[in-house]
Amino acid sequence: MPEAVQIANSRSGSATLAVAHSIEKHRVAAVVMVLAILPVVLPYPALAINILIFGLFATGFNLLFGYTGLLSLGHAALFGAGAYGCGIAIAKLGLDLFSAVLCGVALALLVSAVIGALAIRTRGVYFGMVTLALAQCLYFIFYQWVSVTGGESGLRGVSVKRIDLGPLHVDLLNPMQKYYFFLLFVAVALAGISRILRSPFGAVIEGIRENENRARASGYSLDVMKWMSFVLSGAFCGLAGALNAIHLGIVSIETLFYTTSGTVVMMTLLGGMGTFFGPFVGAALFLALEDIASNWTTHWQLVAGLIFIACVRFFPKGVWGSVLARTVG
Amino acid sequence: MTANIVLSAENVTLRYGKFVALGDISVAFRSGELTSIIGPNGAGKSSFFNVISGARSPTEGKIVFEGKDITGLPQHKFVHAGISKSFQITNIFPQLSTHENVRIAAQATVAGKNFWSRRASLVATDETARSLLDEVGLGDAGHRIAAELAHGQQRALEIAMALACSPRLLLMDEPTAGMSPEETKHMVRLIERLAASRTVVLVEHKMKMVLGISKRVIVLHHGQLLADGTPGDVRNDPEVKRVYLGQGAH
Repeated sequence: MPEAVQIANSRSGSATLAVAHSIEKHRVAAVVMVLAILPVVLPYPALAINILIFGLFATGFNLLFGYTGLLSLGHAALFGAGAYGCGIAIAKLGLDLFSAVLCGVALALLVSAVIGALAIRTRGVYFGMVTLALAQCLYFIFYQWVSVTGGESGLRGVSVKRIDLGPLHVDLLNPMQKYYFFLLFVAVALAGISRILRSPFGAVIEGIRENENRARASGYSLDVMKWMSFVLSGAFCGLAGALNAIHLGIVSIETLFYTTSGTVVMMTLLGGMGTFFGPFVGAALFLALEDIASNWTTHWQLVAGLIFIACVRFFPKGVWGSVLARTVG
Repeated sequence: MTANIVLSAENVTLRYGKFVALGDISVAFRSGELTSIIGPNGAGKSSFFNVISGARSPTEGKIVFEGKDITGLPQHKFVHAGISKSFQITNIFPQLSTHENVRIAAQATVAGKNFWSRRASLVATDETARSLLDEVGLGDAGHRIAAELAHGQQRALEIAMALACSPRLLLMDEPTAGMSPEETKHMVRLIERLAASRTVVLVEHKMKMVLGISKRVIVLHHGQLLADGTPGDVRNDPEVKRVYLGQGAH
């Protein structure tokens, strides 16, 4: 259930309600504020940067999964396309950072337009399978295309050391400065996603998630709406990928591998699908878990998996979704 | 006579493999009339409903709406042309508010693909939603989650949604299906109110209810057109009595 409706129908006290209302109203500002203090409270900024990037990735994915109701298992292709588009622009074409990010988003748009057009004709589990298969196709193409992508050893040389923003010089080798520089991109993207969700189109995709028959009978072309949702989702996931390429200075071929698609599904479910804050909460939990568990065992994925199973079992709405349900439901 | 024809089915045949669901049916619906399509189970009512609402394309024949051939158009284009429908099984957006349900339906022909404006800026669709909720008797339930409404209210909500695109033809598939006698009475009154200013086609199982409110009744049987006339004509038609009333009218 969308946060706004849930809050509007809340039965809890008026004080809690008022707070929930104003957070919902200024949700972009709320997320950005939390993100702004993140690197200060976390033990090291690298973790914060990962949360920033994967939170954006999951939020973009959530547009399609949580709001439109389509489970894509191929979003690695969109994240990867953003990363490679940006990486190639920097390492091979020598473009500046902003142009390179645009290249990354453009390539992600192109890839999502093609995958989306092929996948939206299928439904349910078949949609997942088709997106998975097409994403793996892209993985193998990039794996083989060594001259452009670096193939198995990854795309190296995606290095941007500093950025001049007018009088301001950002040193991208300084993790704190890099974090706040990335946060600018994320803030703009979140404002865009929030705006899309509050648009007439945002209402329609929720309608499609709720009842495809009624959406069609109301006069909507499901093909067009789902495709638009896929492509918009691709743009934000591509941006996340582009930032990741700049962050790491290298694009590894695993970026496109299906495990990346799985990661974003887990993050979104963990946090709460179909909620605005959920994907960031999920990304933070997932990455923190990975960070902690990998310190004391190499089998951290086993630990993560068990915790994931427990979460899905006990918090089917995700951690943030359950918080919402408990405080305002 | 032909001037006020809204929709006509011309020699419509629908086959599933060898099975003939509809055999060469020609019917024209006149503007401003409440027409009912009745028939025993398996008569082809639902098939016919699907064909005139765009859910299925006929195997042969044509569907003409306001003089335009709309055969084979995708279903959402039927809505844009001016034909709207309510389902036999309630189809709403359960987890959205009642108001939002109707509002989404109201913006379909106006701003469905607009992903940048604010919803709240579409004042007209908000107004449409509010007045339709009033019209179907849900005026004070706009903020409630649709899933929490009673069955009869959900049916009324779906009708408001079907009306949201200002259709010139409203198709209703068994609007009283699964309703209590009290809810049925409400629904019948609502249908009569709607039909006063609109063209309505009703597919129904409950013969008695249909005869009471329709201006014209079409009887289908085994996918064939059996009778077509006023409720009085149909009631006295010996063929209809044999296949339908004879088995115990509702």
